[in-house]
Amino acid sequence: MKVLVPVKRVIDYNVKVRVKADGSGVDLANVKMSMNPFDEIAVEAAIRLKEAGQVDEIVVVSVGVAKAQETLRTALAMGADRAILVEATDDVHTDIEPLAVAKVLKALVEEEQPGLVICGKQAIDNDMNATGQMLSALLGWSQATFASELAIEGESATVTREVDGGLQTIKVKMPAVVTVDLRLNEPRYASLPNIMKAKKKPLDTKTPSDLGVDVTPRLSVVTTTEPAARAAGVKVGSVDELVLKLKDEAGVI
Amino acid sequence: MAVLLIAEVSGGTLAVDATAKALTAAKAMGDVTVLCASAGCGGAAEAAAKLDGVSKVLCADDAAYGHDLAEPLADLVVGMAGDYSHIVAPATATAKNVMPRIAALLDAMVISDVTAVVDADTFERPIYAGNAIQTVKSADATKVLTVRTATFDAAGEGGSASVESIAAAANSGISEWVEDKVAASDRPELTSAGIVVSGGRGVGSEDDFKMIETLADKLGAAVGASRAAVDSGYAPNDWQVGQTGKVVAPELYVAVGISGAIQHLAGMKDSKVIVAINKDEEAPIFQVADYGLVADLFDAVPELLEKL
Ligand SMILES: Cc1cc2nc3c(=O)[nH]c(=O)nc-3n(C[C@H](O)[C@H](O)[C@H](O)COP(=O)(O)OP(=O)(O)OC[C@H]3O[C@@H](n4cnc5c(N)ncnc54)[C@H](O)[C@@H]3O)c2cc1C
Ligand SMILES: Nc1ncnc2c1ncn2[C@@H]1O[C@H](COP(=O)(O)O)[C@@H](O)[C@H]1O
Repeated sequence: MKVLVPVKRVIDYNVKVRVKADGSGVDLANVKMSMNPFDEIAVEAAIRLKEAGQVDEIVVVSVGVAKAQETLRTALAMGADRAILVEATDDVHTDIEPLAVAKVLKALVEEEQPGLVICGKQAIDNDMNATGQMLSALLGWSQATFASELAIEGESATVTREVDGGLQTIKVKMPAVVTVDLRLNEPRYASLPNIMKAKKKPLDTKTPSDLGVDVTPRLSVVTTTEPAARAAGVKVGSVDELVLKLKDEAGVI
Repeated sequence: MAVLLIAEVSGGTLAVDATAKALTAAKAMGDVTVLCASAGCGGAAEAAAKLDGVSKVLCADDAAYGHDLAEPLADLVVGMAGDYSHIVAPATATAKNVMPRIAALLDAMVISDVTAVVDADTFERPIYAGNAIQTVKSADATKVLTVRTATFDAAGEGGSASVESIAAAANSGISEWVEDKVAASDRPELTSAGIVVSGGRGVGSEDDFKMIETLADKLGAAVGASRAAVDSGYAPNDWQVGQTGKVVAPELYVAVGISGAIQHLAGMKDSKVIVAINKDEEAPIFQVADYGLVADLFDAVPELLEKL
């Protein structure tokens, strides 16, 4: 079986994001970019299925700017076999929407015929949590989101999901779209020899129009602003003082 | 404008708080019809009919909707979507699972985690773990959106809407429920509690996490946790507060042994009063805390338990 893993290039999770003063977006100049952390978990999940003999090829896909090649090379260095870059825009300030990404992925699924797509649960830049569900809908496939355990048995996959009340286990018919949560696995680091080898692995480039997909955004961004800041607090010297403040000043206990 | 609000129903019971908060947002978009879809949801539908500002309640009582599977619920909602300009749900795990599916089937872009309704087409939502707020205007014929409950007040009771049964849609049967592992608890629910006490990696072990739970019980609070505490097995996954966990905004949030990474702050920085107990005076959590106590939690928490 072939597995498709979509990976997104995002601002590194350690970077303190700054909003531009003119309200046009966040500042991306000289900011460290990385693979979306959930997508590292998705790539790791695919590699483990391959190591277990249940998958024979892992294709990673990124939709975005030319620099997303770096993200794809990282996935190849971790252990993916082949990469596809769908170059959608050279203006990273206009983020490509999950609906458009899902349409691009649908077209690639029709070309590549994978038996499984493993997405991240959420991109940590737009925080949408949508692409996997949308792709599954467009394909008419089953979906298993927020996975913390994943097992493939023949024609179906058993997935344990992180939900509001705890955990839920479901069984979905293959082909399926799975989106992964934080506790599915701990992604490996690419070794230096594998980083070198990844440079020689195939990386194809396409455009949305090659795939016949219109990526015009449905949401126009009116403005991007800083959230309201909290007023500075105080340090208390003792537990007694804390209890007093909570009772008398804040009145919350 | 006609709004379809998908009620949060779990185990046949209406999750009143989440639904009533999303109702407040939905009312700002138009006339609200509530959909309760579950197995044995008659009681939930009656409860929804009492919420203030609901025009009508539709009740789809069918085993297919009993376990929140996305595919059958999406098919049901898409079949009735033609009557509505907006489809809205509280941003629970169930809605995050199903709403993007509904949106894609309607060829619309979902708008996740709305924190303010500017007008019927324009919404505010946080991006980058709440480090920026984006205002977006939707060009879609049907707006499909989830509402961040922590930022809306719950609609009250006093309504008396009519309840109408509707037929289930065909079920493709491509997914099936196997089991739920849900711990029953007498504590308040995390996203609606007035007080939340959360522990982090600093608590050190599952055993010591009991101390956090005892403190919560003393305060009548819900228990939360950082990702590190959950990953380390001190606390279950559904206690995680943050960018990728639950978002809370209680009257009082007590963070114990939590450093205050942006991903954690994303889930609690809109709390009214924040208390931080941490032995590192440089910990970033102190930048958002109203009251910071620099102390070893193994001294401070027992003393706090004694003095409350
Ligand atoms: C994609 C992604 C998503 C994430 N989502 C979330 C999320 O939703 N929620 C979340 O919380 N995190 C999330 N994180 C993780 C986040 O980045 C931090 O790693 C995490 O919040 C740290 O948890 P912590 O504060 O408990 O641990 P640490 O950062 O290790 O902090 C422990 C703190 O305890 C203090 N301490 C230690 N011992 C004591 C003592 N005896 N007395 C008092 N204080 C003590 C230390 O001084 C320290 O400040 C996410 C990360 C990524 C990459
Ligand atoms: N531009 C993109 N390129 C590749 N994969 C993406 C892209 N956007 C989203 N995804 C995938 O969809 C998941 C969820 O993203 P989102 O719906 O934007 O929160 C991510 O974790 C990726 O697996």
